[in-house]
Amino acid sequence: MEPNNLCTVERRGRVHLITLTGAGEHRLSPALLSAIRSAVAASAGAGALVLSAEGKFFSNGFDQAWARTAPLHLHSTMDGGFRALVADLLELPMPTVAAVTGHAAAAGCALALAHDSVVMRGSRGFLFMSEVHAGIKIVDFLAELMREKVPDAVNRRDLLLRGDKMSAAEAVRRGIVDKAVDGGVEDVVNAAVAEAEKLAARGWDGEVVAEIRKAVWPKVWDKAKDYGADAPAAARPRL
Amino acid sequence: MCTLEQHGNVFVLTLTGDDEHPLGLPLIASLSSAVASAKAAAASAGPGAALVTVAEGRFFSNGLDIGWAGTSRTRLMELADALRPLAADLLALPMPTVAAVTGHASAGGFLLALCHDYRVMRADRGVLYMSEIDIGLPLPSYFVSMFRAKVTAANALRDVLLRGTKLRAAEAKEMGIVDAVCPGPTETVAKAIKLAEQLAARKWDGDVYASIRISIFPEACKSVGIVEESDEEKVKNFASRM
Repeated sequence: MEPNNLCTVERRGRVHLITLTGAGEHRLSPALLSAIRSAVAASAGAGALVLSAEGKFFSNGFDQAWARTAPLHLHSTMDGGFRALVADLLELPMPTVAAVTGHAAAAGCALALAHDSVVMRGSRGFLFMSEVHAGIKIVDFLAELMREKVPDAVNRRDLLLRGDKMSAAEAVRRGIVDKAVDGGVEDVVNAAVAEAEKLAARGWDGEVVAEIRKAVWPKVWDKAKDYGADAPAAARPRL
Repeated sequence: MCTLEQHGNVFVLTLTGDDEHPLGLPLIASLSSAVASAKAAAASAGPGAALVTVAEGRFFSNGLDIGWAGTSRTRLMELADALRPLAADLLALPMPTVAAVTGHASAGGFLLALCHDYRVMRADRGVLYMSEIDIGLPLPSYFVSMFRAKVTAANALRDVLLRGTKLRAAEAKEMGIVDAVCPGPTETVAKAIKLAEQLAARKWDGDVYASIRISIFPEACKSVGIVEESDEEKVKNFASRM
C-alpha cells in the first residue's frame, strides 16, 4: 500500500490492523475512502482485519465540507466510494472487527456496523445517527445497511429516528455492538485485535467466510456488489 | 367522533365518546381530516410539532367496525381499504407521533396505535389484542406488514398475530411494543403529551423526519401506498440547504 497520511496498516500476529491517523474527525471524503480501501486490499494473507482510529473520533461521517465545494456531479464519488468500501468489507475473506475508539456518527457509524464485530470504547464516544438533527435525509444504501444491522424496531427508531447518542454500554445492552471496553484508545484497539486474533484462530476458510457473510446480509450486499474491487468492470458505475 | 386541539406545539387528537370507537367510514374520515389539519397547521408554523392520539372511555379502539360490516366481506374490505390511507398519512406525517393507549386497542385499533412512533399505555386496564385469529378473520396484508415492521422481538409477532395473546401494558413494554407504562388514563395522557413536547422541542425538520421514518420501515410504508423518494430527490433537498 502506498504510504499516505490518512491511515496506516500494520500486522499484529494474524491481524491486519488499519488505523485512521490524526486527531481529526476522519471524515469519509473520497480521498479517505480510497485510502481505507487500499488498506483493506493490503490485508491479503491475514487471518482477520481490524479498523480503528486515533483521537476523539472513529469517524464523523461523510465530508460535508468537501461536498459543499465540490461540483454536484462528483458527489457520487463519496457515496460510490462508501459503497465500494462496504462491498470490499463484505467480501473480505476473513473476519472483520471495528474498534470504535471514539465517536462514530452517520456514515461513520454505518461503517463501524459494516464489520462482523464491533468493539467500542466504554468511557467515551457515541454511536450517533445525526442525520435527523442535521436535517439530512438518509440515502437508500446507508438506510439498507443500518436496517440489516439493526433489525430491532425500537433500536432502529431510537438510533435513526430519534437520533440518540448511544454510549457503548447502551449499545451493548441493545445488541447493537458486541463489547464495551474500558480505558483509552489503545485499550480498545488491543481488545479488538485480541477479538480478531480469536476469530482468526478458528482457521475458517476465507472464501467461505465471505460467502456466508454475503448470504447473511444479502440486501446490503446486493446494493454494494457492483461497486467493489471484484465487481466486473462493466457492472461498476462510473464514479 | 374526534377532535383536534393544539396545546403549544403538540396536536392532541381525541377519539371522543364512551364507546369502542369502531373504525367505520365516518370515524376514519374524521380522523383523516384531523390528521390533515394537524399537518397543514404544522406546515405554516415551522419545525417543532408533534401529534398525540388519545381516546375517551374504556377503549382506544376495537378496530374496523365489524358491527357495520356484518357478514359482508365486501364491507369489511371497504373498511380495510379506507383505513389504509389513514395509516399512510400517519406514517408520512411530518412530525413525531405518540399514541396514548388509554384503553383496549384491538385489531385495527392496535394497528392504529402501531402507526404512531411511540406508545404510552395504562397499566391498570386494557389490552392490546389482535383478535382476528380468534374471530376467524384474515388480516389485510398491510396490517401484517406493519406488525412485521414494528414487532421484532423474538416470538412477539407469533404471539400477537398467531396466538391472539392479549397484552397488558407491562408485557407489551417487555416486547418493545409499548415505550412507557403509566398507572391510569390521566397519567398516560399526561406522559404522552410530555413525551410529545420533548420530541417537538427537538425542532426536527418535518419533511426530513418523515423521510427517515419511511427509510427505517420501508416495507410497511410501501404496503400502505407510500412511495419513497429516490436518492436524487433526497439529496436535492440537502444540496439546496447547503
